[in-house]
Amino acid sequence: MPTKVTVASDWLAGCAGCHMSLLDIDERLVTLLQHATLLSTPITDLKHPPDTGVDVGILEGAVNNSANEAVAKQMRQRSKILIAMGDCAVFGGIPTMRNCPKLEACLRRAYIETESTVDGRIPDDPELAVMQETRPLDQVVDVDIYLPGCPPPADAIFYLLTELVAGRKPQLTGKYLDWH
Amino acid sequence: MGRMITIEPVTRIEGHAKVTIHLDDAGNVEKARFHVNEFRGFEKFCEGRLFYEMPQITERICGICPVSHHLVSVKACDEILGVEVPRTAKLLRELMHMGQTIQSHSMHFFELAGPDLLLGFDADPAIRNVVGVIQADAQLALKAVTLRKFGQEIISRLGERRVHPIFAVPGGVNKALPAADRDAILSQIATMIAYVQDGLAVMKAWMEKHQQEVETFAAFPTAYLGMVGKDNSLQLYDGQMRLVDAHRKEIDRFDGRKYLDYIAEHVESWSYLKFPYYKKLGWPNGVYRVGPLARLNAADRIDTPLAQKEFEIFRQVRGGKVLDGSLYYHYARLIEDLYCVERTQQLLEHPEILSMQIHTAGRVTNRQGVGVIEAPRGTLWHQYWVDEHGQLEKVNLLVATGNNNYAMSRAVEEVAKAYVKGPEVSEGALNRVEAAIRAYDPCLSCSTHALGRMPIDLAVYDPAGKQVNRKRRGQ
Ligand code: SF4
Repeated sequence: MPTKVTVASDWLAGCAGCHMSLLDIDERLVTLLQHATLLSTPITDLKHPPDTGVDVGILEGAVNNSANEAVAKQMRQRSKILIAMGDCAVFGGIPTMRNCPKLEACLRRAYIETESTVDGRIPDDPELAVMQETRPLDQVVDVDIYLPGCPPPADAIFYLLTELVAGRKPQLTGKYLDWH
Repeated sequence: MGRMITIEPVTRIEGHAKVTIHLDDAGNVEKARFHVNEFRGFEKFCEGRLFYEMPQITERICGICPVSHHLVSVKACDEILGVEVPRTAKLLRELMHMGQTIQSHSMHFFELAGPDLLLGFDADPAIRNVVGVIQADAQLALKAVTLRKFGQEIISRLGERRVHPIFAVPGGVNKALPAADRDAILSQIATMIAYVQDGLAVMKAWMEKHQQEVETFAAFPTAYLGMVGKDNSLQLYDGQMRLVDAHRKEIDRFDGRKYLDYIAEHVESWSYLKFPYYKKLGWPNGVYRVGPLARLNAADRIDTPLAQKEFEIFRQVRGGKVLDGSLYYHYARLIEDLYCVERTQQLLEHPEILSMQIHTAGRVTNRQGVGVIEAPRGTLWHQYWVDEHGQLEKVNLLVATGNNNYAMSRAVEEVAKAYVKGPEVSEGALNRVEAAIRAYDPCLSCSTHALGRMPIDLAVYDPAGKQVNRKRRGQ
C-alpha cells in the first residue's frame, strides 16, 4: 500500500468559511481520509505541522498580525506544497479593508468609541499579537497553488486534494473557479 | 516565585486565542486568563459603505455562522427602510436560520466537542478528533456529517451557496421557495429527527456516566440572557430579550433593539474580546451568559412537541433547579438542534411559505437601525447609522461569543484550579482547560470581528520572564 499523503492546515485572518467549505465535501471526507492523513488542523488537536514536514500545507486567511506571520512561515517551511485557500489568502480579501482607515482609528472605534463601550481602552497586553498591515499570503511566503473563491466551492477543494493525493498536478479552471 | 503556564493555541474552537495560567509560589493556580488574539476592525472599515452591502460584507465575519450575520444585518437594514417585511419573507429567513443552527450545532457536537466526549478528555491527542470519531463509531460520524449537510443544504437551496449565501435583502428576500425544494427538505425531516435523537441519547448516556464531572465542571452562578416569545417560549429569529438570574428569576425583559439602554461593554488590556454586561448591575455584577444553555435557562417552554419533551427532562435534571455547569451546554445544544429540525418542518408546512410576496420596496427613511437575533452561540446585535443617502456613518456590532467572554474566562479559571497543580501538568488536564472553552463553542472570528484557533503550546515562565519549562503537544 502506498504511504498516505500528509496534510496540515491552519487559518490566519479569515472567517473559517474556507474550512467550512472543506467540510462541505460531506461524506467524501471519509474517502479522502483513506488516502490522506490529517495532521495539525483547526479541527484536530495536533497543534503544529511536524518538524519532519507534511506533503500538503493549506492556509486560509490573510496575514494581519505577528501571530499569523509566524504561523504562515512555519507552515511554508514544513510543507512541500503550500496552498493559499480562498480570496483572503489569495488576494487579501475582506480583511484588507482594515488597511484603509488607519489601524489606530479601527482600534479606537472598536475599543473606545463604540456606543456600548464604557471606560474603553485599546488592549495592549504583551500576551497579544502585534497588528500589522493586512497582506495576502504570497507577500509573506511563497505559495505553490492558488485556490480563489469566497469560499472556494467544496468540489474545487475536493478535486484539488484528490489530484494531489494521486500525485497529479491539479488544473484549476472552469467550474472550480468561483469569483463571487 | 510565581510562574505562568501558556496554552496556545487552543484547538477545536473557531478563533485565535490562548490561555495563560498564573501559578503562585506553592504551584497553585492564582488566576487564569483567556486571551483572544485577533482584531479585524469591521466597525470602522465599513464606514462609508452603503448600508445594503452589509448583509454581504458582514457574512465574512464568520464562515461558521454567516447566516446569523446576514440576517441580523438585514434586520438592521429593514429598520433603515422603515418598511414592514412580508410574512413569507420572515418565514423564509427563519428557515435559513434553522438550517444554519442545525449545521452549526451538529458540527459542534459531533466534530468539535464530540471527540472529548466520545473518546475521552485523556485520549491520545493524535486521534482525539473527528477522524478518531469516524474510527470509533463510523455510523454515528456519518449521521453527524449528514445532519450538517442537511442544514447546509437548506441554506444553499435558499441562498445559492452553503457559505456566504445571497438571499436576504432589506425589505425581504430575493427568491421565493419552489415547491420542489420544500418537498425535498420535508422528505428528510423524519430521518434528521432520528439522528438528533441518537445524538441526544449519546449525550445523556455520557452524562449519566460522568455525573460528578458534569455537575462540577466549570459550574458557577451567572445571569442568563435569551430571546423568548410572549409566552416565554424559546425563540431564535425574533422575540423579546429576557434576562434571568442564577435561580431563573426574571431580572428584566426588553426590546432587543433598545440594547444600548441595557447592555454595556467592558474592556480589559489583555484581550481583544470585549466583556458585555447588564448595565443596571454594572461590571462585573451584571455578567450573564448566552447561547444554548442560557437560552434554555431563560425560557419556560419550547414550541415544538419533541423538543418540549426533552426540555421537560432537561428541567428535571436537578429537580427544576438551574443547570449551571458548562458541560450542560452540549446537552442544551442538542435539544435546540431538535427544536430547529422540528421548526423547519413547521415553517415548511406554513400555508404561506410558497407565496411570491417576499419583498417590500422602500428608501432610506430612518437614519439608524438595530438588528438582534439569536445566533447559534448567543445573542447578536448589529446597529448602523446612515446619512440620507444610506451611506454608513457608524457601525456597532455586539456578537454572540463576546457575551460569553466572562463565562469562558471564569470557566478556564475554575477548571485550571481544579486540574492544574504546579508546572508539571498532564496533557489531559490542559485539554480539560480547552474543553471548558469549547463548551461555549466560541466563535472568535465573530467575537473580535476576527478569526482564529488554538492548539496547545505550554510554557512555564519564572517571574523574570525566563522560560523554565516548555511542552508542546501534538507535535
Ligand atoms: S476567503 Fe471568504 S470564506 Fe475564505 S476565509 Fe476569506 S472571507 Fe472567509
